[in-house]
Amino acid sequence: MKANFQTKLKRVSRTGLFNFWRNGTVSLASVLIMMVTLVVIGFILFGSAILNTSLTELRSKVDINVTFIPNAQESDILHIKKSLESLPEVSLVTYVSREQSLEAFKQRHADDQSILAALGELNDNPLGAVLNVKAKDPSQYGSVADYLQGQNILSANNLTIVDHINYYQNKTAIDKLIKIINTAHTLGFAITLAFIALSLLVSFNTVRLTIYMSKEEIGVMRLVGASTTYIQGPFVVVGVIYGLVAGLLTLILFLPITYWLGQTTQNFFIGLNLFSYYLVHFPQIFIIIVGSGVLLGAVSSFLAIRRYLRV
Amino acid sequence: MIEVKNVGKIYTNGPAPFEALKDVNFKIDNGEFVAIMGPSGSGKSTLMHILGALDTPTSGEYFLDNKDVSKLSDDELADIRRDKIGFVFQSFNLLPRTTVLRNVMLPLVYADVSKHEREKRAEESLIAAGLEEEHFSHLSNQLSGGQIQRVAIARALVNNPTLILADEPTGNLDTKTGEIVLGTFQKLNRDFGRTIILITHEHEVAEHADRIIFIRDGRLVEDSKSHQKRVIHHTKHDH
Repeated sequence: MKANFQTKLKRVSRTGLFNFWRNGTVSLASVLIMMVTLVVIGFILFGSAILNTSLTELRSKVDINVTFIPNAQESDILHIKKSLESLPEVSLVTYVSREQSLEAFKQRHADDQSILAALGELNDNPLGAVLNVKAKDPSQYGSVADYLQGQNILSANNLTIVDHINYYQNKTAIDKLIKIINTAHTLGFAITLAFIALSLLVSFNTVRLTIYMSKEEIGVMRLVGASTTYIQGPFVVVGVIYGLVAGLLTLILFLPITYWLGQTTQNFFIGLNLFSYYLVHFPQIFIIIVGSGVLLGAVSSFLAIRRYLRV
Repeated sequence: MIEVKNVGKIYTNGPAPFEALKDVNFKIDNGEFVAIMGPSGSGKSTLMHILGALDTPTSGEYFLDNKDVSKLSDDELADIRRDKIGFVFQSFNLLPRTTVLRNVMLPLVYADVSKHEREKRAEESLIAAGLEEEHFSHLSNQLSGGQIQRVAIARALVNNPTLILADEPTGNLDTKTGEIVLGTFQKLNRDFGRTIILITHEHEVAEHADRIIFIRDGRLVEDSKSHQKRVIHHTKHDH
């Protein structure tokens, strides 16, 4: 008369559900504690999204300009552009012609009549063409600048056509930025780990406490010959329900929170609206939050009950 | 049906190894009513745990229905308890906040008995243990000590076990209620041929059995017929 797996699962689930309802207050407390953990995990998700967007934005703001002497041949410049593009470190090279440079200069100083007048005095365009270079990573600008300093960009008559490269003026700022980005990453990772460890511990202990309250019941079950599955099963089911309910409540709670924070984050963090981020990434966040809850509940129960399995 | 052969038990989890049982030997036949008696610390609880398949001996063998129980795993021991042993404890060990009927049905849940059959057998056991039908749907913590112990006896009976093990079953009861519970055991033994092992430190309690095994310092010191057996006749009770 061995029960098959399905009957067993059904019976174990039913007992678990029954226990969840019967111990209402305890269940509520456990769900709330677990919610704290899940909210922390959620905030870490949002935090890292904000951090990553900001860092990506910062990275893309870093670039170097290679300014050429005014009488450099366009064909030479385009040749250099091509060789720069072939470098593995370089992601984008934009050519700004002398005319475009002048146009941009005029626009930048549209309010300054004296500069415009001085410009008018000159018959010629005093500005050189510019190559704007973006590297794949800010730390790679050094080697790009070194490449440009090398001899391979001399023009035909052995004269260098590069006027100046602003990397050397911006070097300290770029280095500082690289440092900040790296520190932010490491720090974010460390804080994430610490918070997750802390909240896991709290959740685990809560589940352990609820099982401790049932230790007499476990003793009775063991006494009348319940197998390990029948004892452990319902508790794991209760743990899963804790996680599931806490996960869903957390997801609901995030709606008003992200909505409320959305405008603020959009203004402060380079256009990342937390609310739209939440909605767009809902499937992933759902899986992470509910999954963590269920896993946390099940594993905590499974581990906590082992202590009481001996009669 | 029960054979204890050279059984010894050493506990090693304390500060020093402790030998709780030393070379214990005896046999108990079907339908016997035996008391195991000894002062506290004599090893009778250890013996009870081994007889009840709650623990295994360090040395020797224990046969229950010709099956060696002494080397089984935890889950195999659980199966033995479910199928062959009914427990009655001093502390009752019932589920609180659970009805009498559900408490008695519990062992059958793990034995995969259908719900209808579970209820029928639980009711029969409760009647055999002498509990009035009006209490069947009460919660176990709403009953008196004597009534609770009868629920425990009914639970011990419900899976039709080879052996009923009663560990100080009257320890938490007043003398009169205790007598009634002991009378229930005698009735189950006499009228239904149940095999019963009663563990106690009290002489007067032990004398309700037919045979008394004395344990002292982990050794079996005497195994004899009960000299002046106390028989309780009025088993249809009283409050």
